[in-house]
Amino acid sequence: MARFIVRRMAGMVIVLFAVSVLVFLVFNVIPNSNPAERLAGKNATPVLVKSIEEEWGFDKSLPEQYVTMMKKVFNGELTSYSPRIPVDERIAEGVPATLSLSIGAGIIWLFFGLLLGYIAAVRAGGKLDKFLTGLSIAGISIPVFLIAPVLIYFLTYKLEIFPSGGYVPFSEEPWEWFTHLILPWVTVAILSIGFYSRVLRSSMLDVMNEEYVRTARAKGLSERQVMTRHVLRNSLVPIVTLFGLDFGATVAGTAIITESFFNIEGVGLYAAESISKLELPPIMGVTLYGAFFVVFVNALVDIAYAYLDPRVRLGAAAR
Amino acid sequence: MSAAPILAVEGLRVGFATEGGLLQAVDGVSFQVNPGEVLAIVGESGSGKSVTAQTIMGLTRSKNARIEGSVRFEGEELVEASDATLRRLRGDRIAMVFQDPMTSFNPVQRIGRQIVEAMEAHRGDLAKGEARTRTIELFEAVGIPEAERRVDDYPHEFSGGMRQRAMIAMALALEPEVLIADEPTTALDVTIQAQILRLLEDLNRERGLATILITHDLGVVAEVADRVLVMYAGKVVEEGTLEEIFYDPQHPYTWGLLGSLTRLDCPRPVRLPQISGVPPSLLELPQGCAFRPRCPHEFDKCTQVPGLEPRLTEAPEHCDRCWLTPEQKRAKRRVAGQIGLEAPAP
Repeated sequence: MARFIVRRMAGMVIVLFAVSVLVFLVFNVIPNSNPAERLAGKNATPVLVKSIEEEWGFDKSLPEQYVTMMKKVFNGELTSYSPRIPVDERIAEGVPATLSLSIGAGIIWLFFGLLLGYIAAVRAGGKLDKFLTGLSIAGISIPVFLIAPVLIYFLTYKLEIFPSGGYVPFSEEPWEWFTHLILPWVTVAILSIGFYSRVLRSSMLDVMNEEYVRTARAKGLSERQVMTRHVLRNSLVPIVTLFGLDFGATVAGTAIITESFFNIEGVGLYAAESISKLELPPIMGVTLYGAFFVVFVNALVDIAYAYLDPRVRLGAAAR
Repeated sequence: MSAAPILAVEGLRVGFATEGGLLQAVDGVSFQVNPGEVLAIVGESGSGKSVTAQTIMGLTRSKNARIEGSVRFEGEELVEASDATLRRLRGDRIAMVFQDPMTSFNPVQRIGRQIVEAMEAHRGDLAKGEARTRTIELFEAVGIPEAERRVDDYPHEFSGGMRQRAMIAMALALEPEVLIADEPTTALDVTIQAQILRLLEDLNRERGLATILITHDLGVVAEVADRVLVMYAGKVVEEGTLEEIFYDPQHPYTWGLLGSLTRLDCPRPVRLPQISGVPPSLLELPQGCAFRPRCPHEFDKCTQVPGLEPRLTEAPEHCDRCWLTPEQKRAKRRVAGQIGLEAPAP
């Protein structure tokens, strides 16, 4: 276990380094991205721009600028350009909202994805299966930027069932927290519900052809016992893999669009604002936070594998 | 064999609807098994032997399967029985051992747990500890060393032979009356094969189990079977006692199978004998006898399907499907002093 953690930590450092370099370079090749020019305002004299460049260190070489920035990241001194707000504070403020959104959506899509996939697999070839297939494909095909406005238009403005957006901390008003998050949860979850139900269905149909499933039937187990004990558990590996990637990606990315639509002041909204203002420090901070999260969730996935498949467990112990 | 048959199969037909049409995997198979008897069903891959076995337990039931005929277990009809009835019998009264012990256990569950699960499925009142104790006893009975420790192992921690022993332990867990062993030794080393066969034989004798042994290996048959059914392309082509089949085989296909055995008591031939050709596609069966295209002895009458009938006055239970007269057969089956199928004319 200690070995596993050390290996993961080393992997994480490499990933974070690569991600930070990439973000830094991409930012520096974007046209008009010189922050000194924007800080100087419209009609600024070249002298003013020059002095700002010197003050902020934008005139230094890229490697030097990178090192300075990373030092700030580690010291917690990273601040946005204007207004000068510490990036780590803003991220910390946004994390509860983003995690509420992502975890809630994750639970919803996992639950419904597995439920619908299971039903489709058990009824494979039947009418219900065909109906669920159509539903899943619809879910996969509808983009978030269509779902969100449609849900807001009908359920918020027309029927006035749900609040139109914003975020209420759970600690203040648990019920309001819940009602404010339902639409964003559904928006994030729909695509994944469709996708996960398809994946589980095909994975289960594969496992159903395994000989140990025939053995289970030959033992006289009921069809339900065969499905839940022998087919379902062996079909979960691809789901766990996907969930690790998707959940990480939701926290780090999907939330950007959804938070913007529902005006949830989470990390995603902060990232969206920073990108539109070409603020490198927050972009760097948010990206590193996202990358950290993806790597972290994937480490959890590896632990889940070991739980699902004893062969993985012993393989690790033998090494 | 005076006891009433515990299992009687009558005119069993199993077809599967495929894109190429109806595939008749089993075409009118009948046989009986008595308590304490080992019936061997022999044939090449695709002869319908495994489908026959699985149909007895209702494991071939599906939307695409067409099952006709009758399977009676202690007089109870199984072909028409409800899924619930079959489930009650499966594992409890009729148990099955599968071919490949490597893939027949669920890889993510402990072996002991999988056996306990079989007991729980039929004896809901069984206490947890009791089922476990029983599993350990069974492990000892089938010769798994350190049974107490090994019940908590996962399948991949068992060797192939040990897994097959565990499989047999699982099949015996509820003391079934009928054991169907579908190629139980095919996936095993020859030394382990002998051990498993001896185990099956002992169990058969001790517990009075009626055993159906499905195999393509006549060496296995010679060791344990009482009666033999030879199948080809979904039909039984010959049926008789072990002695009848081995010493007085009537069907050319049986000669071919016997001739393909490698014998240690005769000089080794230059080439190992074989039956030329391949079994026919079940979707395009030849007219008449299905073995006709591969048979060097075919003649005009072979375009009609011969019935499975006794053709020897001295052995009324020995049946076969071949138009040749017994005298012709005795003359034609001698190839180089042994029973065999001569190579077809080039």
